[in-house]
Amino acid sequence: MQHDDVLWDVIGNKQFCSYKVKTKTQNFCRNEYNITGLCNRSSCPLANSQYATVKEEKGQCFLYMKTIERAAFPSRLWERVKLSKNYEKALEQIDENLIYWPRFIRHKCKQRFTKITQYLIRIRKLTLKRQRKLVPLSKKVERRESRREEKALIAAQLDNAIEKELLERLKQGTYEDIYNFPIHAFDKALEQQDEESETDSSEEEDEDVGQVEYVEGDEIDESDLSDFEAMDKLEVDGEEEQEHSSIAEEQEKETSISKGKTPVKGLARKKRPFVEIEYEQETEPSAKASST
Amino acid sequence: MEAPAGRARREKMAAPAGRSAPGEDGGGRNAAARGGRKGRGPARGPADAQFPPSFSVSEIKNKQRRQFMFQRWKRARRQEQLAARKKRQKEREALGDKAPPKPVPKTIENQRIYDETTVDPNDEEVAFDEATDEFSTYFNRETSPKILITTSDRPRGRTVRLCEQLAKVVPNSHVYYRRGLALKKIIPQCVARDFTDLLVINENRKVPNGLIVSHLPNGPTAHFKMSNARLAKELKRKGKDPTLHIPEVILNNFSTRLGHTIGRMFASLFPYSPQFVGRQVATFHNQRDYIFFRFHRYIFRNEKKVGLQELGPRFTLKLRSLQKGTFDSKYGEYEWVHKRHEMDTSRRKFHL
Repeated sequence: MQHDDVLWDVIGNKQFCSYKVKTKTQNFCRNEYNITGLCNRSSCPLANSQYATVKEEKGQCFLYMKTIERAAFPSRLWERVKLSKNYEKALEQIDENLIYWPRFIRHKCKQRFTKITQYLIRIRKLTLKRQRKLVPLSKKVERRESRREEKALIAAQLDNAIEKELLERLKQGTYEDIYNFPIHAFDKALEQQDEESETDSSEEEDEDVGQVEYVEGDEIDESDLSDFEAMDKLEVDGEEEQEHSSIAEEQEKETSISKGKTPVKGLARKKRPFVEIEYEQETEPSAKASST
Repeated sequence: MEAPAGRARREKMAAPAGRSAPGEDGGGRNAAARGGRKGRGPARGPADAQFPPSFSVSEIKNKQRRQFMFQRWKRARRQEQLAARKKRQKEREALGDKAPPKPVPKTIENQRIYDETTVDPNDEEVAFDEATDEFSTYFNRETSPKILITTSDRPRGRTVRLCEQLAKVVPNSHVYYRRGLALKKIIPQCVARDFTDLLVINENRKVPNGLIVSHLPNGPTAHFKMSNARLAKELKRKGKDPTLHIPEVILNNFSTRLGHTIGRMFASLFPYSPQFVGRQVATFHNQRDYIFFRFHRYIFRNEKKVGLQELGPRFTLKLRSLQKGTFDSKYGEYEWVHKRHEMDTSRRKFHL
């Protein structure tokens, strides 16, 4: 005999039910045939001899029914009806199969069926879209790679490599006359003398105004100095330079904009500024004339 | 009472004989049993002209003592090495010009396992291949590059800013946001609008971590892992913004056949003839399979010195896979895939 009430009395409140999951506010039922998922007197599949559910398997929905007549035959207990793929037809099928059943079960079956179809639709839509593939990272490998990257960075000596490459290109002449560095062997032999004379000329510039002996050197200085002018705008050391630089500024601005040149880091070259600005200002027009 | 006293006396006698006086195994064990006095065996008289039995610091069971002995051993070894080095230096100075040349230190680069696909500059086959591959139209100046830069879905601030900065660095590039569109669908649209390259920056946890470069008409697709991406404003000592001049390109150390392909791919991102007036240079430097990207402005101080100023973003790339054809991860034909268990076994083997 089926004593539903006794059963519920035992498993519902007083003693243990293995399908029950208790939380602070709610009790859930983990039984696969439960229609609502909650642990209630009316939704417990064990405590109701007449019960029905809708379950989904591989995209197909089935209506499961259990009646008291078959309570003695557990293997035949649940009767399964395949529901149509058409939503309305399936609802009619449910109604038809559960025709004289309690309202609660009918309603809940239809609700559950609706929910299932909705999530099936969503699954189908999502599988068509691109899905984010999660690739597991191995911490050991990641750490190893980042260590190797650091070491490779140190071994690369990037700045040196780039500078070397640029100087190579300069030597090979890819820059063709933009920079007029003499590349004759004659000048290479006089390298050291050139360096000395450069430092000398910076001191002499004050005295010898018109000394334009090293034509190429002047052009370099002009391009360098045009940048230094702009840099010195930012880092002014004294008032003198401000006056000089402000006059020379406007002229320099035009040239710098037209040539697209921008200040180079002049922080490392502070030893030169004072003298050069005065030189510039005096010979500005002559230098301009020579370049054009 | 006698025996222990005798033993103690023998210990004291043996002490000056050698600080790391050897102990045989039996002696060592005795020492351990005694609670870690120096690992000495029974004292030997001077008449025993035997080879000192080997002594290993690791045989001392007492951890404190063992650590102490190890430190002492290490210190002694370091002093020996310093002394040896000083001696060598003195000899070298004494010899002056006749000194033998300094031995070249071994680095990973010069110990690199020779890769059979290393490209020989005079190789005709390679030259022929390169004349007929997908980049040949670029190198023959028939097409000029037009780049589309995009990201993965829902990019965060860093990635967006990196895209913008990349767009400034690479001339003729456009940034478009990808709102959930599939790459396979946007590729035909790009081809229709004459884009030559597609750059996709992949993002994870608010940080860009991947780069896909796809050469468009039907060209290869390379997938890189990106790391250490720094935006322009995070670099120290930066200059002004990059101007619109076409930068030069430097490709360093792409030596194998695969490296060549990747190098050409990078080269084809930039227009063929750079404007030297702009003095900007984009560098792709390959070192041990890591490709470092930098963007600099240079100035020649004189014919021996050049100054560099870093503008623009920087990042590191590591090639993960190269696929023939445009992006198709499922059905594409992969020319090269990085297989960790096969390719990462040797520290001296590199593929690019």
